[in-house]
Amino acid sequence: MTAVVRGRAPHPGPWQTARVTGIRRETPTAKSFTLTLSEPRAFWPGQHMIVRLTAPDGYRAQRSYSIASAPSGAAELDLTVELLPDGEVSRFLHDAVEVGDVLDVRGPIGGHFAWDLRPALGVAGGSGIVPLMSMLRHARALGEPDLFRLVVSVRGPEDLYYAAEVRGPETSIAFTRAVPDGYARPPGRLTAEDLAAALDPDRELYVCGSTAFCDAATRLAETAGVPTGRIRVERFGVTG
Amino acid sequence: MALTRGFSGRSRGPQDTRLPPGQYDAGAAWPVLHVESTPSIDTARWTFEVDGLVDTPVRWSWEEIRALPGSRYEGAIHCVTTWSKFGMRFDGVSVDTLLDIAGVGADAAFALARSHTGYTTNLPLDDLTGGKAWVVWDVDGEPLQDIHGGPARLLVPHLYFWKSAKWVSGLTLLAEDRQGFWERNGYHDHGDPWREQRYQGDR
Repeated sequence: MTAVVRGRAPHPGPWQTARVTGIRRETPTAKSFTLTLSEPRAFWPGQHMIVRLTAPDGYRAQRSYSIASAPSGAAELDLTVELLPDGEVSRFLHDAVEVGDVLDVRGPIGGHFAWDLRPALGVAGGSGIVPLMSMLRHARALGEPDLFRLVVSVRGPEDLYYAAEVRGPETSIAFTRAVPDGYARPPGRLTAEDLAAALDPDRELYVCGSTAFCDAATRLAETAGVPTGRIRVERFGVTG
Repeated sequence: MALTRGFSGRSRGPQDTRLPPGQYDAGAAWPVLHVESTPSIDTARWTFEVDGLVDTPVRWSWEEIRALPGSRYEGAIHCVTTWSKFGMRFDGVSVDTLLDIAGVGADAAFALARSHTGYTTNLPLDDLTGGKAWVVWDVDGEPLQDIHGGPARLLVPHLYFWKSAKWVSGLTLLAEDRQGFWERNGYHDHGDPWREQRYQGDR
């Protein structure tokens, strides 16, 4: 048995520099960036980092991006960045940043959504998979894949992040619009049945995605009898 | 720190002096960020209390608090996730009005705000008094939606917006600072956006 991690998720250190040591395309609108930190920091799955860009006139823009890789003790971590319409920072990262570039970063941030290794179920909508992928990778790396199960809701196969890696006995994927050839589940929104297959009474729930997705998934889980206090939610994106 | 190779930022005029450092103008969007499932709170069961170091603990019902003299805030709000939003109009009651009714105790120096969801956040009492804080139920003339903290939320617009507790249910006045939810999770005890007090350790 892996012991539950005691204490609190690590707090952010000061700003530091990180070198981009790898860039990988996940989907047409998502890229993962491997950063090598100048000052390695411990983190828990579910935490995020801030990336700050500075222009010659002093103008700055900073955004938070979830860590996708598992804690390893190494100086490297992966951030997956979704390209947002009119996204000042995500557009720059996607279009201009190359391996070898140096970025200002700070973190890890966030304690509430950090995973303490209690048996959990992640429920991801689209890009909301990123922090949950850190949890999945961590459970697998610990040799206890059933510690973390994952249900992903995504429009179609080309929208699935980490497609080659995510599939496994502890994960299930609900395609909402288009399914791969031969896929048993017909396309459609996440249902109570999708969750029920992965739920058991003692699991913590980590829900991440758009506000609409999070509210829908939370209602499904509450209807299935999961106590509200056991559901943690991280909302991505904006509403009008 | 270092310049970012190739970064000039989106086209812009002179730096907007209304924006605290590190913030951007969210325009018409009002981003939503909270960690609980969104509750739906019936105003028939809604209450708001002021307790702790006060002369008389007071509890208001929905009808009672709305019968108090109204107060309006017009201006900006700033979220620690770096968006700011201008030209907001909130209507509710000034926290000064609520504290005057309860009577602030001589030793009170801090407050812990709490929500119907169990969320908490801590503030120095000075940041809640002097016309700087409200309990609000209307935004731009419409009832506050539940995703934005309706039926009523705390509004402390000169601090980062996590201090403006959604679904607010009360204030406890304290002699010493007691950390709330995000503050225990690494966020700053004060949270002044003009000083970029985002995280524990920021000055």
